[in-house]
Amino acid sequence: MEDLHLEFTVVPDDFTRAGEVSGKVKKTLKDLGFPPLVVRRTAIAMYEAEINMVIHANGGKITVTINPDVITVVFADSGPGIPDIGLAMQEGWSTASEEIRDMGFGAGMGLPNIKKSSDYMDVQTELGVGTTITIKIFTNP
Amino acid sequence: MTTGDILKLDGITPSVYDEDKDVEKVFCCDLLSVAMARAPEGSAWVTVMTNANVVAVASLAEVACVVLAEGFDYDEAALKAARGKVTLLRSSDPVYETAAKIGALI
Repeated sequence: MEDLHLEFTVVPDDFTRAGEVSGKVKKTLKDLGFPPLVVRRTAIAMYEAEINMVIHANGGKITVTINPDVITVVFADSGPGIPDIGLAMQEGWSTASEEIRDMGFGAGMGLPNIKKSSDYMDVQTELGVGTTITIKIFTNP
Repeated sequence: MTTGDILKLDGITPSVYDEDKDVEKVFCCDLLSVAMARAPEGSAWVTVMTNANVVAVASLAEVACVVLAEGFDYDEAALKAARGKVTLLRSSDPVYETAAKIGALI
């Protein structure tokens, strides 16, 4: 199988559509016959990153590369950047507003969940420029 | 046990119900990230959250159904998003009583 490339745009502040991209990729992976755990881990990591883009980063772009051995997802935004990545990686730490928390988000589990659900995670962030997160999920761990 | 068995319990009503699904566990949570990471596949997810994001998480986590407790109503957007995809039930009881009742069936 040749690598399959998918590209999506995440719309900012649209909570009714948040999760659409993760859902589409999940369906594609299922249809391609990837193991359920690989599908679930990818869906969790992607949903968290997608929500982060909706809440914090004015949306962004998600690029997915599907290969039989590894699923690579790049989340790129031109949002405000993450001031302290160490803090942001801690469970429970969040800068989400009260309004966002009322919707059930902002538990401070986003980045930790992405890390837990993937085999590799790289975060490049610059204040005022944006954040790019790359994750890899190996399909035969 | 199935979602159909849950529907037979007192105080439980369907909001979106397309098919009978197996239920293996009960899961209670009102934070989406926690539910996303920890809701067991095939579980009945008892919550008090009413918005459409609950449907997105329920679908991605592949829970058997969502059970909205305390007699609350789902948002219109949640109902619309769930049709044909996610089973949504309502319970007139609080979270604990709802979960205990469903758990007794397992």
